[in-house]
This record gives sequence, structure tokens and C-alpha cells, in this order.
Amino acid sequence: MKLWQGNEACVEGAIAAGARFYAGYPITPSTEIAEIASRRLPPQGGKFIQMEDEIGGIAAMIGASVGGAKAFTATSGPGFSLMQENLGYAAMAEIPCVLVNVQRMGPSTGVATAPAQGDVMQARWGTHGDHPAIVLCPSSVEEVYYLTIEAFNLSEMLRQPVILLMDEVVGHMRENIAEPDRTKIRVIDRSKPEPDQLYLPYAEDSDVSPFAPFGEGYAYNITGLAHDEKGFPTNDGEVVRRLLDRLHQKIENNLSELPGIEEAEAADADLVILCYGCTARPAREAVRLARDSGLSVGYVRLRTLWPFPYERIAALADKKSILVPEMNMGQIIGEVERAVKGKTEVVGLWRYDGELFNPEEILKKIREVI
Amino acid sequence: MRTIEKMQIPAENVAIVSGIGCSSRAAGYLNFQTLHTTHGRALAFATGLKMVRPELTIFVLMGDGDSTAIGGNHFIHTARRNIDVNAIIFNNQIYGMTGGQASPLTPQGKKGSTAPFGCTERNFDIMKLAMGAGATFAARSTTYHLKLLDKMIEEGVNNKGFSIVEAMTYCPTGFGRQNKSGSAAAMLNWYKDHAVPVEKAAVSDAKTVKERITIGIHHQEQEAEFVSEYEKIIESQRQKSGGSS
Repeated sequence: MKLWQGNEACVEGAIAAGARFYAGYPITPSTEIAEIASRRLPPQGGKFIQMEDEIGGIAAMIGASVGGAKAFTATSGPGFSLMQENLGYAAMAEIPCVLVNVQRMGPSTGVATAPAQGDVMQARWGTHGDHPAIVLCPSSVEEVYYLTIEAFNLSEMLRQPVILLMDEVVGHMRENIAEPDRTKIRVIDRSKPEPDQLYLPYAEDSDVSPFAPFGEGYAYNITGLAHDEKGFPTNDGEVVRRLLDRLHQKIENNLSELPGIEEAEAADADLVILCYGCTARPAREAVRLARDSGLSVGYVRLRTLWPFPYERIAALADKKSILVPEMNMGQIIGEVERAVKGKTEVVGLWRYDGELFNPEEILKKIREVI
Repeated sequence: MRTIEKMQIPAENVAIVSGIGCSSRAAGYLNFQTLHTTHGRALAFATGLKMVRPELTIFVLMGDGDSTAIGGNHFIHTARRNIDVNAIIFNNQIYGMTGGQASPLTPQGKKGSTAPFGCTERNFDIMKLAMGAGATFAARSTTYHLKLLDKMIEEGVNNKGFSIVEAMTYCPTGFGRQNKSGSAAAMLNWYKDHAVPVEKAAVSDAKTVKERITIGIHHQEQEAEFVSEYEKIIESQRQKSGGSS
């Protein structure tokens, strides 16, 4: 067994996934990720740098990935806002990297040490323009470890920045987890071009092209400008449209690779609680309490927030009601409503006072709704 | 290009990183590994790249804004770290690509489209900025003094640490038109007439130097280079942990 903090599990998961570079700027409640990475990376031959701000952090991470390293950074809401421009760059230029956001209460400096889930929409839409997003969301220390690895795998496989959306509770909580068996862990590395073949870094005839690291003899251009198959800038509307289509399709075509939904007692339930992150913990207890008192309640937990699993959630329209507890003023609930299209009742339960839900208040809401 | 050729640096060992602006579009015209990044952030991208690929000779091409406005913070910290990348700043004293707005390098009193009555702010002196921030090599030349410019870039590459070469260029459309500087040729001639080697400037009186551009090596010192120092830490930590973990 290992007694790990969530932030520590994140670094250990990153190392297990093959990450050897971290660049970032300290911010509560993510700082332990930087601290632990600074100690743990050098013995692995990895490198750590504390940059002058979060913008530099994400930029150096992208630069390191261009050089061939699996790279990550970690931050919280205010720093996540600063990273948005370069997050879009990584999506446009198709640079694999992992960005961890340990959410805290906002807006602005907010309550720096209090948990919240206020960055769900920022994680999806924070950067400008139409861009794809992959956002994973763990709810336990053990899951932080495994979803960090999956974040790197998806990132490498799809040449796409992946966001691991944690929260203060999950980041700072300590839990015992079973010693991970590194031999059984799936680790995916980016593919490299075949030698002696014409290298097209952004070929149109496949979802994802191999990614040649700088320093291995491939002379080509990487840019955040709209670009053609060779990586050179273009203003040709048709080429631009095909590029944006491909950036989205490469993810749509690989939805089965994304971490799926966890559910419990949902099949026969009249009411399901739809939750994610730290909110899943009191929600699970509320389901137990409800079942004990004879209420037909189940639980569905999202492990991938974006792309939102619209089809799977649409299937919940046969329930009498869906309760969506969130530690914000209602962010994912809008997507649930889009999915069920008014065919069933969707009820929100929100907390934005920096306190975690307790199971009893969720149970109270269940009794009101059912 | 002439410097890379003269120094016989293999093309596969050269990477060009640039920001946003006219100067930065140069990356796309060069047949190397080229990384065209976001506005102001080229040095931060280059820092990550250099850390994982120390064998690369990295040139970072930046303009006025990239280096001293939006990217000012990265500029001073890259200098402080003394990482072995070679910054080349194309100083045309104006934001050229967007149509001639004032920059932190626009001389006080000169006009820009956002300073129609003349720039009230003082401009940075990049050489002083570089020295203050701890750069281990800082030199300036102009597009008239091309041989010197090549020489400065070569000296910068030879410096194991952060090197800054400021290339005084000119923008006849963005800067020249608003400030009645005359034709492109006239602007080039202005550099010919007003540049003075920094060594001579040191012994001239301050009043005459103020009207002139000092060229040549302004600062050079030996300091430990960031990535090499970091690799020493990796080596000692690997030995402590028995070579692997």
C-alpha cells in the first residue's frame, strides 16, 4: 500500500506514464505537484523548471514536448486562465502535453485554499476559437494516478493537449492505494515518422500524423497559424476548414479510448445523481443512505467531462429525474439538459461557499425531488 | 544564415524559434526545424526545447514587442538563468506588422499610429536591459553594418550562455513615413552616419553619444550555463538513487 496525497499521485502517475519534463509556476492548491516533481524528476533523468509565470510554464512545457519529451504542468484557476492562449496553440499545432488544474474557489483570487468545481467551462472553452478539448476528472487519489497516465496516453496518441481537472479536495486528500503494478500499465508513446519517407507533420489523409521531435533531423515548421500538411501558414479557406475538421474528428473518431462512466445502482433507479470529481464522494454515500431508506436512487459519475458523453447521458432520459450536484453555480447541468432534451426532469444542487457537500444535504434534495 | 554556414553548424543541430510579428515570420522562410510560437513567448518555448535538447543551437528571433513588451518578463528571466540560447532582436523601433504603433523601443518624441503627437514614454536601451538582467553576452549592430552583425551573431553563438544580439533594422512604411525619415535607403544611410563603435563611445563625451547608436559588444562575461548546471544535479541524483528508480 501507498499513502499518497492526490497531488503526489499525479506526479507518480506522470512518471509512470513516461513524463520527464515539468515546467510551471507555484499556485495553491497545486503547488505540491511542482514541489514533488522538482524532487522526483532528476533521479529519473527528467528535468524541472520553475518559470517566471504560468504563461512561461505552459510555453516551456510545449517547447520540451517539441523536443520529444513527455511534459506536463500544473496550476489552479488563476494560472489556468493565464495558460489559455498557449493551450490553444498546443491544440492548433498538435503538441502532446498534459495540463493539470487543481481547482480552487473563484472567480479571481477567490478563496485560494477552498475547493470548487468552477473551471469546468473554462477547461472546455477557455481558449479562443473553435478547438477540441479532452478533460479528465478524477475523484480519488488512486484515480488521480491512473487518469494522469491516461491523460498522457491520450495526449500522445492524439497529439492533443489533455487537461486533468482535479479539485482541492482530491489534490490534498491522502488515501491508501494499492501499490501500482507498473508492468500492467498501458503506456502509449507518440509515433515517429518512418525514416527516408517524405514527412508530412499534418497530413490530411489520417487523423493523427507521426510527430518528429526537433533534434532528430526533420526540418519542418510548427506554427499556431492555420497551416497546410507541411506545417506552413495558409489563408486558403478550404485548407483551413479541413484542418479544423480534422482536429475535431481525430477525437470524435477515438471516443472509445476515453475513460468512461462509472455507475452504481443506476439501472433500476427512478432518480440518478450525475456527478464528477470530489462531489462523487458524498453523492455515493447519499445513494447508500437513500437505498437504506427504500428510495430508488442510483449514481452516474463522469470520468471524462469533455467531450461530454451526450449519447450515454441521453439514455438517462428514461429516469424520472436526474440530480446534478456541482460545486459551482451549475456548469455541467446545461450539458445534461442538452443531452436529455427536456424528456426528463433535471435538477441542480449547487454549493459555492468553499465547503464540500455532505451526504445528508444531497439526501434531503433527493427526498424533495423524488 | 551566413553565420551558421561559416561556423559549419550542421543544419539538423539548428532550431529557430520565433514569436509573432514581421521578424518572427522569418522562421517560416528558413529550411530548419522552425517553431513559430505565440506573441512574446518565444524565449519560454525555447527554454523548454533547450532543456530537453541541449545539443541544439537555438536562435530566437524576436521583434520589439516580443522581446521587450509582452515578452519582457521572459526576456529578463531568460537572461537571469543564462540558458544557452541566442536571441536576435530585430529592432525597427515600431510595431510594423500591425501598421506602425509605438513600441517600447520607439524613441521618445517619435511618432507612431498610437502616438500621433510623439511618444511620451522613454524607450528601453536593450543593451542596458540585458546587462541589468544578467545576460552574459550583449551586442548591437545595424543592417548597414552587416559584417559586424554577422560577427556579433557568431560571438553570441560562441558564448555558452544567454546571448543577445540587437539588430537595428528599419521600417520605412511603419516608422519612416510617420517620422519623415525618408526612403529606405535614407534610413539605412542614417545608421551609417550615426553608428559609433561602443569602444569609442566610452571615451567620447555623453552629449555627442546621445545622438548616436553604439555598436559592437557591449557586455561579455563567463557564468555557469543553466542546462549544464542542471545536468550536474541529475547526475548526482541518479548516483544517489543507484542509477535508476
